[in-house]
Amino acid sequence: MTIKRAIGAGVFFAILSTSLVSCGGGGNTGGSDSTSTDDALIGAGSSFDNPLFSKQFSEYSKTNGLKVNYQSIGSGAGISQLTAKTVDFGASDAPMNGKQDSALSAPAVHIPITAGAVVLSYNLPDVKDTLMLTPGVLADIFLGKITKWDDKAIAAINKGVKLPSTTIVIAHRSDGSGTSNIFTTYLAKVSDEWNTKVGHGSSVNWPAGLGGKGNEGVAGLIKQTPGAIGYIELAYAIQNNMPYAKMQNKAGNFITPSIASVTAAANIQIPADTKVSLTNTDAADGYPISGFSWVIIYKDQKYGDRSQDRATKLVKLISWMIHDGQQYSSALNYAPLSPAAVSAGDAVLKSVTYDGKPILQ
Amino acid sequence: MITRSDLPLRVINSSPEAVAKAKKRARLSFRQIRTENIFNKTLILMGLIMVVLVVGIFLTLVVQSLPSIKALGPKYLWGKVWDPVQDIYGAWPFLLGTLLSSFLALIISIPFSISVAIFLGEYHPAGWLPNLLKNAVELIAAVPSVIFGFWGLAVLVPIVRTFESHIGVAPVGVGIFSSSLILAIMIIPYAASLGRSMINLVPSHLKEAAYGLGATRWEVIRSVVLPYTKSGLFAGILLSLGRALGETMAVTMVIGNTSLIPKNIFAPGNTMASVIANEFTEADKPVYLSALIELGLVLFLVTVVINMIGKKIIDRFTND
Repeated sequence: MTIKRAIGAGVFFAILSTSLVSCGGGGNTGGSDSTSTDDALIGAGSSFDNPLFSKQFSEYSKTNGLKVNYQSIGSGAGISQLTAKTVDFGASDAPMNGKQDSALSAPAVHIPITAGAVVLSYNLPDVKDTLMLTPGVLADIFLGKITKWDDKAIAAINKGVKLPSTTIVIAHRSDGSGTSNIFTTYLAKVSDEWNTKVGHGSSVNWPAGLGGKGNEGVAGLIKQTPGAIGYIELAYAIQNNMPYAKMQNKAGNFITPSIASVTAAANIQIPADTKVSLTNTDAADGYPISGFSWVIIYKDQKYGDRSQDRATKLVKLISWMIHDGQQYSSALNYAPLSPAAVSAGDAVLKSVTYDGKPILQ
Repeated sequence: MITRSDLPLRVINSSPEAVAKAKKRARLSFRQIRTENIFNKTLILMGLIMVVLVVGIFLTLVVQSLPSIKALGPKYLWGKVWDPVQDIYGAWPFLLGTLLSSFLALIISIPFSISVAIFLGEYHPAGWLPNLLKNAVELIAAVPSVIFGFWGLAVLVPIVRTFESHIGVAPVGVGIFSSSLILAIMIIPYAASLGRSMINLVPSHLKEAAYGLGATRWEVIRSVVLPYTKSGLFAGILLSLGRALGETMAVTMVIGNTSLIPKNIFAPGNTMASVIANEFTEADKPVYLSALIELGLVLFLVTVVINMIGKKIIDRFTND
């Protein structure tokens, strides 16, 4: 009896102590990972980039043996991780805003890594032709001012198309996302009313409509609800065979969203810090609701106990991603970077230093 | 705590064998007492860890939401606008959405959970059909909530939409009503299994006495079983309400996620847990993040208040 009890108590304590130790141990390894080994880099951020990054990193590790552990936790969370210096690079669908910049302990740089588009998908079973939309009509729909599909404003653009009298059901993202940021930035640019009433950001106060979580949530709402219209990523719409509208761009042309028309939209004068929105650009054959996704790293790579080797590996990886790595974009429905974007990215990478000395010669 | 010196060592027979035997017995009993002490202390430690955890979570929530409390003040609670772009945060639409969907779910689920509890506890405690029912109910508790969400979006929402178009409200399908239906299904097992064990505990002599007096089965359930178990049934219902208040994934998929105040129970809305899950990863401003954590604090307090009211009601029931 006594021995049994003693063993019982012993086991009890053993379990308790191991569970406590393992908790502590888990926390420690998480923190030291980023600095202990130099043949594995850590990145975090945008979930939009994740499929492309997975492909690029697996190809890169075949030739260079460098492992990259990318956590697709969302753009904002990626920036927080970079701010906390727990990752080597962050990835974001929106450039860092002023408040995020001021939270950083040292300056960071943005390198455009790929481009994507946001398309307007809809559920109108009887409409066979591709729907066409102008910026003004789109803004009025999302402001809740146009409520029926056979509204005169929509009919005027889509001449010859028999539009139903169904009520328009708006679907938007409920989770904060880079997709929402690109879309609301576009609406704020083309509509003064949207700009003053709603504004732009990864989460906004939507004047009307239903929210779905993620691309799949919005797509689910659109597919199910007759008369629905919502915005999703181009890649998601292509993969799921969803119809999407042609948008009128700044030059007045109606553009079908595609990889080529997104790359075209990005072929513009890009500022030195590359923090530019691709919405409503001047490109005549560019799709107007496009946007870059960026990789963000510290400008001076000597922080904490980082080695020069690690810093060089990181910069070389990013340089490969914007050159050779771009060949994997099209197959995954990402728009390859425009020549202007690549040369802007090159210039930024050349400015990255280690202890004040440039890393790339 | 008992130490070695406290032990009375009574030696009746002073022969060496007897002394050795008595000493051995004393050693053995001391060892037993020591085990008891260790076990007792372990239990206290485990209990304390739980308390520390709850207090720790509460303090973390308070500290993290300080920036938002300072910036927004108490108006946060009844503010009707949630606008991250202009840093205006009001929790009222979500507080309303949480309470509305949870209590509606509770009202829908109570008839089912009480019936299941009575059926399994009193009418048919054994047999293949009750076993099947029992396993099915327990299985509901084991299904991941995201599965409920998908099922709700794919199956339930179209049915609700058809229903809505018949009764003449905007046929959107998703909304408070759909999420209440999903929640009701998810919380049935909690009240049902607690109710069933409570009904099993009703002393059989009470029931036999009632039957002896000529009571029918319904009369026994109404006048003996239910009065005897009402505090237990209520505790089960309270447990399921707690589950409904905090449910996130399934709700966010079918509630429609708008920050507008719901006009009726068929309108889309949002709950506090769902807003946190949706917006936490991309909350890119300190006040925004803090406002979301304050939402968690409000949810925590709402749960505490509802539990306290529940305890009061249970006490009153048992005192009768």
